[in-house]
Amino acid sequence: MIALAAVTILLPFLAAFGGMLLGPRLTGLLGGPRGPWTGPAIIAVAPMAVSTVLTLIIALIQWSDPGVRTGTLTYIQTGTVPIGIGLYVDGLAAVVALMVCCVALAVQVYSVTYMAHDSRYSSYAAFISLFTAAMLLVVLSGDLIVLYVGWEVMGACSYFLIGHHWEDRANSRAAVKAFLVTRLGDVGFLFGIFVLGLGAHTFSLRGVLAYHYPHATVLAGTLLLLAGVAGKSAQFPLHTWLPDAMAGPTPISALIHAATMVAAGVYVVARLFPVFVQAPATLAVLGIIASISMLGSGLAALAQNDLKRVLAYSTISQLAYMAAGLAVGARNAAIFHLLTHGAFKALLFLAAGCVITVVGSNMLPDMGGLRLAMPITFWSMTIGWAALVGIPVASGFFSKDAIIAAAQHAVFNRGEQAFGVIPTGQIPGWTAAVVYLTLLVTVAVTGAYATRAWLMTFFAEQRTKVAGHEAPRLMSWTVAVLAVPAATLGFFGLGSAELRPELRPMILALLFAAVGVGAAFMLWNRDPALDPARALGPVRTAFDRAFYVDELYDRAIVRPVRALARLVVTVDDRVVDAAVEGSGSTARRVGGALRRTEAGNPQAYVTGVLAGVAVIALMVVVFI
Amino acid sequence: MHIVYPAIVAAVLFSVGVYGVLARRNAILVLMSVELMLNAVNLNLVAFDVWLRDRLHGGQVLTLFTIVIAAAEVGLGLAIILLVFRNRQTIDVDALRTLREEGTAAEPVAPQPQPPEAEAAEEVAQ
Repeated sequence: MIALAAVTILLPFLAAFGGMLLGPRLTGLLGGPRGPWTGPAIIAVAPMAVSTVLTLIIALIQWSDPGVRTGTLTYIQTGTVPIGIGLYVDGLAAVVALMVCCVALAVQVYSVTYMAHDSRYSSYAAFISLFTAAMLLVVLSGDLIVLYVGWEVMGACSYFLIGHHWEDRANSRAAVKAFLVTRLGDVGFLFGIFVLGLGAHTFSLRGVLAYHYPHATVLAGTLLLLAGVAGKSAQFPLHTWLPDAMAGPTPISALIHAATMVAAGVYVVARLFPVFVQAPATLAVLGIIASISMLGSGLAALAQNDLKRVLAYSTISQLAYMAAGLAVGARNAAIFHLLTHGAFKALLFLAAGCVITVVGSNMLPDMGGLRLAMPITFWSMTIGWAALVGIPVASGFFSKDAIIAAAQHAVFNRGEQAFGVIPTGQIPGWTAAVVYLTLLVTVAVTGAYATRAWLMTFFAEQRTKVAGHEAPRLMSWTVAVLAVPAATLGFFGLGSAELRPELRPMILALLFAAVGVGAAFMLWNRDPALDPARALGPVRTAFDRAFYVDELYDRAIVRPVRALARLVVTVDDRVVDAAVEGSGSTARRVGGALRRTEAGNPQAYVTGVLAGVAVIALMVVVFI
Repeated sequence: MHIVYPAIVAAVLFSVGVYGVLARRNAILVLMSVELMLNAVNLNLVAFDVWLRDRLHGGQVLTLFTIVIAAAEVGLGLAIILLVFRNRQTIDVDALRTLREEGTAAEPVAPQPQPPEAEAAEEVAQ
């Protein structure tokens, strides 16, 4: 079992290097590319498919025989707390690993066509493979330090993939921004790991989860971890990198910035949930962060013109749903939403990629009327949006409902052991109330922006000159296949009492969703040629700029840092360099003064010698 | 005889030599002034040797050394001066400034190219 998990991680890892080094040679061996199936593409897709099968096997074993399975290859002695190179498989890890592999496989297959004409396809595919291996390492690792290794490798891969088209300055800037912002959180994350690991005298997941920390330690450790979680999962106040990360190719947005990497933050909280439960204050902070991110990014998504940015803000919003679920103590509901979100957001991004390929623009105003031209994409994306909004029987309906129900329990049934294992109602009542209300309001906002984007993409008249047609088969079919889990994944929740929809929250959520969808539809229906977001009026600019957070950071952090950097450069130039160069030029000047005496007249020299002798003699006479 | 007399004579001789070395422009006269200084030293050596009644007569022995060295030095010096004269038609010390630092003193006045007279050169060499 553990060996199986290790192979699952190693396959994409080796594929990353194999594809880069041997991919082009394999193309030659096969006698030239067959359609889009070049050597790098085969090396990228085949190991991924095998890994997916392996994770499926792991998940099935875990399903039939639940329990925690761990294995440690070796311990690295560090002088204090040893680092164990090991894996940890339980139900949570198995199911998330399966989701990661499925999405990664879909993205690899999709990319074969999408990136067929890209000159750097092999490095692109290799980075996806490496990224997948890193994500699987995070999911399956049995040691916090090993988890951190995967966490950082993901960050690096994300950087490279966002900046894939680095010829455009804006893309490389977006990559740097993503790297710096997530790194800011990662510092906290690493120190959080140190606090927890040193507190428990072990970095192993089993040891950390079983340890009962003193209150201060667990509070400090979890708050530090939360910084990394906020960075990776793009939660307020470190969310600003995610919308800009849409500069990367669309499959990357689907893989990294929707379905997997950003989910890593939420996954880590779920993984260490027994530790987080010991610190209700941290969960309260998480709840507040989630509430702000949820509603703020939902409103921002309402006003975006770029389809991918709409999806990016909706990702922040949906991740905040998961975080909110965790904050109110509903770990399983949050993970359920993570899975359904992975499915429907990957679907939405890949479908958006199809639309963008056909239309040739990211902008919503350039789209429209694609319903008849792209039936597969249309229906798949409709399922995706439905799942995002939470329309019944699509997957998002069940998972979102489970979170809202949990929040409701946290507000109204405080102190009760609602879900058996994890006691809810631990966070302060007002926080739970804020989270609950925000969840409901955000349902309405989600309905509004999803409806707007859906209508503007597929309905009204065609606005582009491009003759609409379906995207290449490999792309549209991948999307269609992803639509199946996006539609049906929710039914798996029916097996667990905790995830089954409850009547009251369900009706409330549907009511709010209907308000949002209805409002967007009414506005659009008045004049289908115009953008429903026009009704926002003057606040639209604020929404479009995501409440000027970027501008605020620019004023408060970027500019002072730049000014400081300029000051350092000036000091370096005028003080340090000047001192070094000054010593040289001073020596030259003094030397120049002495040069005048070297006039080539030996008699002058001898006079000098004589004068010197006279002076020395005088000194000897006077002082001795 | 009191030691003061030879000491004073030696001092005067030495001073004349120093003056000659510092002030004369003719290289031969500079060389002769060096000889004057050497001989002033010799005089001192001999006088003090006698005055101190040195049993080994170190002063006198040293004087012989000095004389030998002085002879060798003069031979070498005159040969150099001769070659300088053949090359440059001058033995003016002030004019010989090839080793000066660039851009410090003004270029010395170029000596008038005189037709080298073999006899004069030979006389100088002697």
